[in-house]
Amino acid sequence: MKANKTIKWLWLLLPAFVACDRTITEKNLQYESLNPTSTDANAGDWKPVILSVANEFPLAAPTATNVAVYNRELTEIKGFQATLSEEQRASIQYWSAGAVLRWNEILRELVAKRNLPPVANADGTYPAPSAANPFGYPQFPFSNPPYAARAYAYVSVAQYDALVAAYYYKRLYNRPAPHAVDANIKPLVPATNLPSYPSEDAVVAAVSVEMLKLLFPADIAYIQQKADEHMLARIMAGMNTRSDIEAGVQLARQVAAKVIARAAGDNMSKAIGTPAQWAELESQTAATGEIPWISQEFPKRPPMLPFFGKVRPFLFDSLTTLAIRAKAPPSTKSEKFRAELDEVRFYSNNATREQIRIVHYWADGIATYTPPGHWNEIACDDFVKQKFSEVRWARNLALLNMAEMDAAITCWDTKFAYYNPRPSQVDPSIKTHTGLPNFPAYTSGHATFSAAAATILGHIVPARASAYHAMAKEASESRLYGAIHYRSDCEVGLAQGVKVGNYAIARARTDGAN
Amino acid sequence: MNYIMRSTVFRLIMLAAIAGTQLNAHAQTDMDALMMGKNNFCTGFMVGNSSWKNYWEGTLKRDNPNLGTVGSTMIGIMGNYGIKDNLNILFSVPYISNSASAGTLVKRQGIQDLTLTVKWMPVETTIGKADFSVYALGSYSTPLTNYVTDYLPLSIGLGAKTAMARLMADYQLGNFFTTASAAFFTRSNVTIDRVAYYTTRMHYTNEVEMPNMANFNLRAGYRSGKGYAEVIADIMQTNGGFDITRNNMPFLSNQMNASRVGVGFKYNFGKVEGLSAVGNAMFTVAGRNMGQATSVSAGVFYIFDFTKKSNSKTQENESK
Repeated sequence: MKANKTIKWLWLLLPAFVACDRTITEKNLQYESLNPTSTDANAGDWKPVILSVANEFPLAAPTATNVAVYNRELTEIKGFQATLSEEQRASIQYWSAGAVLRWNEILRELVAKRNLPPVANADGTYPAPSAANPFGYPQFPFSNPPYAARAYAYVSVAQYDALVAAYYYKRLYNRPAPHAVDANIKPLVPATNLPSYPSEDAVVAAVSVEMLKLLFPADIAYIQQKADEHMLARIMAGMNTRSDIEAGVQLARQVAAKVIARAAGDNMSKAIGTPAQWAELESQTAATGEIPWISQEFPKRPPMLPFFGKVRPFLFDSLTTLAIRAKAPPSTKSEKFRAELDEVRFYSNNATREQIRIVHYWADGIATYTPPGHWNEIACDDFVKQKFSEVRWARNLALLNMAEMDAAITCWDTKFAYYNPRPSQVDPSIKTHTGLPNFPAYTSGHATFSAAAATILGHIVPARASAYHAMAKEASESRLYGAIHYRSDCEVGLAQGVKVGNYAIARARTDGAN
Repeated sequence: MNYIMRSTVFRLIMLAAIAGTQLNAHAQTDMDALMMGKNNFCTGFMVGNSSWKNYWEGTLKRDNPNLGTVGSTMIGIMGNYGIKDNLNILFSVPYISNSASAGTLVKRQGIQDLTLTVKWMPVETTIGKADFSVYALGSYSTPLTNYVTDYLPLSIGLGAKTAMARLMADYQLGNFFTTASAAFFTRSNVTIDRVAYYTTRMHYTNEVEMPNMANFNLRAGYRSGKGYAEVIADIMQTNGGFDITRNNMPFLSNQMNASRVGVGFKYNFGKVEGLSAVGNAMFTVAGRNMGQATSVSAGVFYIFDFTKKSNSKTQENESK
């Protein structure tokens, strides 16, 4: 009887069985160490984006490897390798997946962290984040899709240009890696015969730090900590000496300064506009007899970066932005518009569970890395399998992210040229399966971003081209299923994205990397 | 000891209403110190409504004009079968509909989770003139449909498989009773429809780890053959999880806490044997990452007696 009662108590342990395995495998932590099929040793000849030439900034020659000062640097490495902790080994392993990859992930994380729209003031106006006061509310930045697209582009471009410069000096000075100089130093990650001065990892870390100080100033402490970990990991791994690292930092800072100067003059500061300009957008569309866009938020929020279309693109000039602007959307008085509105209403009421899954899969709304970040994630996951060198990683992500930024520019130019209403503005009975973006409908940003990304990624990884385009189509349709976009927004956005992607392909064909 | 414990009342009260609008999917199962008699089956349904306008974004209390008032309506089917006089098995299945009065978000509705509960009374004794009993409960709940989870505050549930263990003690002197219980909840990971998400860091996975939860419940009141009336205090807390950041949306693995007070009753209709009505009202007085909900629910239950030789369904037998 007593034994029986004891057994009965056992089901109090039931909770232990339900959640017996809660281990979660995070994809990016499974990536293997980068072991490139080619080192791209001649990448110093590739065409940079902002630098005029690879050796625009000088870098002093390193010391020889047979002098005492260098020998003491080797001693530092041996000291680390003699007493490596588990944590240090884990750090070496983490960073070995690739410098460009890891810093792209860090950037995505910062975008997601900061992608939160400010709360309204008590008087119904909205505060604008200020780079001069990044810690005050609202914290700077609000990394919405255009902001994020531009951030990804500048960071990727700076990484690429800094690596082209670094590869130039690597070939010039041809200093071997510590593990190649001293047999007592073990390479703890896959070794290549790429010269180690300046350190490509230090270049990527340092140039990223400088760019992120500009773009995510509230996170400088975190960013610097990551960079310190990264550079130390390379020393401990036997891949770089302290002077390889320092040379990389020095070179990267000069490159970053030039890229930052470009960013300072690209019109981003004017993208937010003024209340008078916002009113004008509405009145100029009303003057054409069309229904102008009105914010559906309470209180009405100013449109997101309405003059982002005037930001200076990377792959073409601002006159081209105007020249390639999509033709006008269907008139809000037209039969076609009514038919498209009916279709949106249909999905609002009847989206299947699978369609809702697609909506949420591609939503990339607030507190996410945005659609350009999603395409960076897709690209990185595929690039890992391609075993690109660091410099080719940077080149390919620079192509992708220039395309994404320019997609944002042409899309925003189109949106604010026509300033047309969202479906749920025209018909308030239309409810949405995801957050309603606070800017005009035509054309779809998701469609434009996705097609631009699919086009350039299809050039970089041809075997995946059709898969990328299928994904882009699904991403664009997700906005229709979500009841926040008309079909025209999606279809024209896709076509516009392909145009932008083709500009990126044109650059890729002539940058010397093929 | 021929004292037959076959009172029926059980409540998977507002499991639903809470789940949806209060961002809290754990069941408040069977927190009364009453058992069904052997071979009796009590079943019925409950309807509930819960709504909130203010909510706690982390610890900051606010409203949100882009949500307005978030409302949840629940209809639940429940049952309780007496395997023995001191061992019952219970189930519940709610249908939930959640909507916001402002903003553009589509409402969500559907069948939520099946909860199965075993309720056992290992100790039943007297202390002086008072009756004292101890209960142990274990439950398991699992989503019955592939409902959308990553859509708070309007998703109808959190999508986790949940196991609960509860210990409960009841003390009754004359017609006055006090019931105290504490429960522990553990939850499975939840799979969402996207490949990455941010909590306090980035996660590159579609799986979300759900923190454990605890519940403390205290109720006191008057109990007789006619039913009971009680006051309730309830604390639900999440052991872990993170706060909603400023002006962000809630997420599945937030630290969801709520302290609630309320009243409840049960009434046995004397004219129809085995028929009873229950109801309660709860108000959230403090919380974290949850809405400040006011909830009411009511239900009707009927006892089927499957004993071969039918016991009389007298009201005395239902009281404890």
